[in-house]
Amino acid sequence: MGYQKRSKDQLARRVAQDIHEGAYVNLGIGMPTLVANHIPADREVILQSENGILGMGPAPEAGAEDYDLINAGKLPVTLRKGGAFFHHADSFAMMRGGHLDICVLGAFQVSSTGDLANWHTGEAGAIPAVGGAMDLAIGAKQTWVMMDLLTKQGVSKVVAQCSYPLTGIGCVKRIYSDLATLECSAEGLRLIDKVDGLEHAELEKLIGLPIAA
Amino acid sequence: MINKIARSVADALADVKDGATVMIGGFGTAGIPNELIDGLIEQGATDLTLVNNNAGNGETGLAALLMAGRVRKIICSFPRQADSQVFDGLYRSGKLELELAPQGNLAERIRAAGAGIGAFFSPTGYGTELAKHADGSPKETRVINGKHYVLEMPIHADLALIKAERGDRWGNLTYRMAARNFGPIMAMAAKKTVATVHEVVELGGLDPESVVTPGIFVHQIVQIDRVATQAGGIKKAA
Repeated sequence: MGYQKRSKDQLARRVAQDIHEGAYVNLGIGMPTLVANHIPADREVILQSENGILGMGPAPEAGAEDYDLINAGKLPVTLRKGGAFFHHADSFAMMRGGHLDICVLGAFQVSSTGDLANWHTGEAGAIPAVGGAMDLAIGAKQTWVMMDLLTKQGVSKVVAQCSYPLTGIGCVKRIYSDLATLECSAEGLRLIDKVDGLEHAELEKLIGLPIAA
Repeated sequence: MINKIARSVADALADVKDGATVMIGGFGTAGIPNELIDGLIEQGATDLTLVNNNAGNGETGLAALLMAGRVRKIICSFPRQADSQVFDGLYRSGKLELELAPQGNLAERIRAAGAGIGAFFSPTGYGTELAKHADGSPKETRVINGKHYVLEMPIHADLALIKAERGDRWGNLTYRMAARNFGPIMAMAAKKTVATVHEVVELGGLDPESVVTPGIFVHQIVQIDRVATQAGGIKKAA
């Protein structure tokens, strides 16, 4: 029996579904930013941007960009009514201090116990750059990863132990992927859901690790 | 009479010494004190240590300062950009020392310096490569209430260059939107802070409830004409 991967938008919708009313949320650069488009209209969620914005709104219309109002990816955004600005030390206090409810990040690798690698490939000659990744990973009440389960070469990005340099230890609570949603804990992986038609045994084979049902 | 309004960028930066540690505000297109960076290039101080979130874009501003060979070391969180070629070249050829810090540790180290904190334990970076000193030796760690922390040192500076929106002759400042970013904490952490503003107002012209950086942290203010914020150097893929 065949199965269909979740598209990027389907995956973003799946993540958005789990963001609760009243949540303070930081969406990482790249795929996680798509989640904002799928938060149900009747749910009030406040987005934080690491560069000093709470109540961040969508991109402005063409011509209305204000380059003093940008997101962490340095692209123009808007401010919702009730939004606020603050300096960098306060912004990262929101993370480190455990005030953010959820942060959604991309990843190179996640271990079954929630170790995260998403900042550096460690390749010789690569310029290292970390930004807010380490602060976000360990700071939010819940850190979720959003990614394709497999690399382009078909290798699982969920691993027993990360081979890339770590961003944080035991910090990832959930992995939302194009094939399945998984929970990470000291006991290992647990299945939350998977795409229709994908057998449990097949998923375990793809990842190469046991997954509690 | 206290008057922190400088006549020009050149006047405000006349006393920068070789070997100085210089903090430069800004994140992306917001809050970069371009006129002050250009002024620092003009002024000529060299062997500088820079503290900034990034390491320059394109070949202007901070990148131009690097290109002029005036920087020995940069402390930042995110040097790699689609157009950070000046930094990339200098770093790869070993001409520029890099101290990479997680962005929140960078901000808190700056804040700690301004607040007179000797050092602090941060959970960020524990167990990672960034919990090491430049020579590869591990930074001090401690378990506090069952949680792991890394000892982080404050970053003091001789000079902070920041961009604000409005200011008065006592040095009180307000900012605009996300251009606030590192401005308030860098102003606290430096022996001397120079801020550009687009508007100078009379004392009392700023709502005291809305002053973000009180004048005690600011030494010189230079008024700069308002121009559309430069979008320069930020590519969509970055």
